[in-house]
Amino acid sequence: MIDRKSRDLSGNRILGAAALGAALLFTAAPVASEPSEADFHAALQALDTKKFQQKAQAIEHLGTLGDPRVLEVLESLAKGRLYVRKDGRVVIAERSGKKYIVQDAVSGRPESEASKKELKKIKVNNRLRRLIRGVTGQLALFSDDPDRRIKAADNLSKNPNPQILTLFRQARDRETDDAVRAKLEVGIAMLELEADDPALRLAATATLAETSDPDIRSLLERRLQTDAEPNLEIRDTLHGAIETIDRKLWLFGIAENLLFGISLGSVLLLAAIGLAITFGVMGVINMAHGEMIMLGAYSAFMVQEIFRSVVPPELFGFYLLAALPVAFLMSASMGVLIERGVIRFLYGRPLETLLATWGISLILQQLVRSIFGANNREVANPEWISGAIEIAGGVTVTLNRLCIILFSLAVVAALAAFIRYSRFGLNMRAVTQNRSMAASMGIRTGQVDALTFALGSGIAGVAGMALSQISNVSPNLGQNFIVDSFMVVVFGGVGSLWGTIVGAFSLGIVNKFLEPVSGAILGKIVVLIFIILFIQMRPRGLFALKGRAAGD
Amino acid sequence: MGPLSSRLFALESRRGWTVFMGLAAVLMVVVPVLNLAVPEDSWLHVPTFWVTTLGKFLCFAMLALALDLIWGYAGILSLGHGAFFGLGGYAMGMYLMRQIGERSVYGHPELPDFMVFLNWKELPWYWYGFDNFAFAVLMAMLVPGALAFVFGWLAFRSRITGVYFSIISQAMVFAMMLAFFRNEMGFGGNNGLTDFKDLLGFDLSASTTKVGLYVISALMLGLVYLLCRYVVTSKLGRVLIAVRDAESRVRFLGYSVTRAKLFVFTLSAMLAGIAGALYVPQVGIINPGEFTPAKSIEVAIWVAVGGRGTLFGAAAGAVAVNGAKSLLTGIAPEIWLFFLGALFILVTLLMPRGLVGVVRQWRERRAISKASHSDSHVSA
Repeated sequence: MIDRKSRDLSGNRILGAAALGAALLFTAAPVASEPSEADFHAALQALDTKKFQQKAQAIEHLGTLGDPRVLEVLESLAKGRLYVRKDGRVVIAERSGKKYIVQDAVSGRPESEASKKELKKIKVNNRLRRLIRGVTGQLALFSDDPDRRIKAADNLSKNPNPQILTLFRQARDRETDDAVRAKLEVGIAMLELEADDPALRLAATATLAETSDPDIRSLLERRLQTDAEPNLEIRDTLHGAIETIDRKLWLFGIAENLLFGISLGSVLLLAAIGLAITFGVMGVINMAHGEMIMLGAYSAFMVQEIFRSVVPPELFGFYLLAALPVAFLMSASMGVLIERGVIRFLYGRPLETLLATWGISLILQQLVRSIFGANNREVANPEWISGAIEIAGGVTVTLNRLCIILFSLAVVAALAAFIRYSRFGLNMRAVTQNRSMAASMGIRTGQVDALTFALGSGIAGVAGMALSQISNVSPNLGQNFIVDSFMVVVFGGVGSLWGTIVGAFSLGIVNKFLEPVSGAILGKIVVLIFIILFIQMRPRGLFALKGRAAGD
Repeated sequence: MGPLSSRLFALESRRGWTVFMGLAAVLMVVVPVLNLAVPEDSWLHVPTFWVTTLGKFLCFAMLALALDLIWGYAGILSLGHGAFFGLGGYAMGMYLMRQIGERSVYGHPELPDFMVFLNWKELPWYWYGFDNFAFAVLMAMLVPGALAFVFGWLAFRSRITGVYFSIISQAMVFAMMLAFFRNEMGFGGNNGLTDFKDLLGFDLSASTTKVGLYVISALMLGLVYLLCRYVVTSKLGRVLIAVRDAESRVRFLGYSVTRAKLFVFTLSAMLAGIAGALYVPQVGIINPGEFTPAKSIEVAIWVAVGGRGTLFGAAAGAVAVNGAKSLLTGIAPEIWLFFLGALFILVTLLMPRGLVGVVRQWRERRAISKASHSDSHVSA
């Protein structure tokens, strides 16, 4: 073994071989299933025959060895790159001009170039190619790439047969990667469920109880229903295993709903947080809030287009970072415009403010529709937030959703800190609590109003930039969020950031838990009715502001 | 003269009655005569399409009256009045649907096409009785009334006022929209109810039926207007105005604010339901689009343009805004939203009392200048 290891060092499979060597050293594998070097050599040479029948036997024999090198040999064979050199050794060769570049099939070491005369091709027909495909499929279990090994184990456990059992056992004994090994253990257990030895069956059941796969659950159930299991004790264990899996599946179901609920909640939070400021702090109903979100999303779109045409493609992924301030400034300046141009004339007349801002929202929608067209615009996910990660038990979450959860929390935290610690935040809170007193203390309430509105609008713009990553960017984008975000703010309690957070996440989670029961739309209707009823009981929301600000 | 008729005459000033009767004569006599009696090639002829369009506007005017009653007089801005309008429309639509009978595409004697399509075997219970016209008309008022009563009772009891009420009424109409979009609700889902054939045996595609529906709309508008006048000039009307201006004070004076608001809100919803019921046979379709929040907000701008708290102005505003809409969407559809948006902003900023307010102001100013003019004459 040591011998082979040192010999392989020069090859390109150093890592794989070292891992294999280590596995062989440290696992107490049954010696019988270990292929010896001579075995491999002999099996390889057996390919050098004219009879296809014998070649087929040799291929199958190679497949049972479980040697990682077999994979390359067989793949070369299927491609017609396996030759016999004049000295009788089997080599892998590739044509390059008139010469052939040769590589030893056993060691993988490059050899001297050979001319056509020196090589004899080992021919294959379609039947053999099919055979090779099957064998290499199994051999992928021994590949150097753990992902490939997992895939192979998955594929193979779909069509179980006794041969695969031995193969799995071999693979398990030399497996170094924990994840792959666990996969193999499960595959083995699935097959051992039908073993003759009751002890093996019992152990297999115990192993399978550790999993949380609905397929395995139905396998166990089949075992019980078809009365394939005669042993009463094992039947009990099977029942227990099914229960364990059920419990786990139930938990994962809850975890999944919770996760999706949090994801939806973070979207709601992003959409509502700007509103929590304009509505909560200033008491201004801004029906154009949704359009501030939309403007943010379109800013992201524009920045993306600029990056696409100006910036080198490897930096393209950073367009989102550049879009952040652009979206904020875009919506914030629009906010200042609206506040100074319209809303400030309407303080103290909330219903009129509502109608006027609705008019603004109509104009902004139509404006964007005229400029960008009514169709959806695509805002690409940068590579660093593409893809998905799997959390235990088949619960997967896409990376962009995860980023939005984190981003929404970051935005809220930044906002809370800003209001709590900055000079402007102090002024803002003073004006909220008592406008005339704040004014007599020398705070310019008009300026505070304008900047507060700009802040709320800017945050809506940032939210729009984030939402462009998960939803369609169209002129109607804002309309989809307006009712929802008002519900969040009213439910959580007007004027309370904390209430907005709790409101957003609880509405998101409740929605996701209702969805499987009632369907998406009915779930939403139920939530709306719930909020309408809830407001009857607590007209000021979950976290009502106490003191003067709340009484009018 | 009995007390009721003298009360009726007192609803309007002499001049008011003149205008009212003049308008009624134009709408109910002149327009139909110009359509039916004047030959089509004459320039005086009013096409049937225009008559139906005007009929539609009159239904909108009724809806505007309903909203003005609660917004202009009780200070309750409902952004969900489309819900009541739509429910009234659906009640009428269900009657019209049942009238189709075997003339439908699938030819089922009882089930509307969309139910056959959904593979339903029998009529859902809430469709029972809608083959009866009187029942359908009753439902067109009672269902919106009941919804408004429950919603209003919950809201007014816990003293939800101002923008909070507006927002939850918007949530209500939004929830209704989502619900009616579902096929399983049994109201035709996305497509709504359409393909109507006849009403009380009158063919809906005949122009005489259309003119008849128009005349009934005009008549109902007049009656609804008088009813609203009656309410706002009554003692209850004065309580409502007081509630609008100082709710707590009215409560401390011993009036039941909740009851007054609940009454007027329910009444308003029933009037909206009537408007919807008259609207549907004229446009020939009712679908969940009527429940979009945007449509309900638009009603508020009709009222605001005309002048809220004036009833007459609300009705005029509805006709004016919808006329402008027909005109503008015909010329350049993309301009309409700019125009509507600008209308929302400019009306709230510059003419808080609406068109009626502008006219009044102008008249007052003229009276003042006349007075000062005669003053200067005297002193000279």
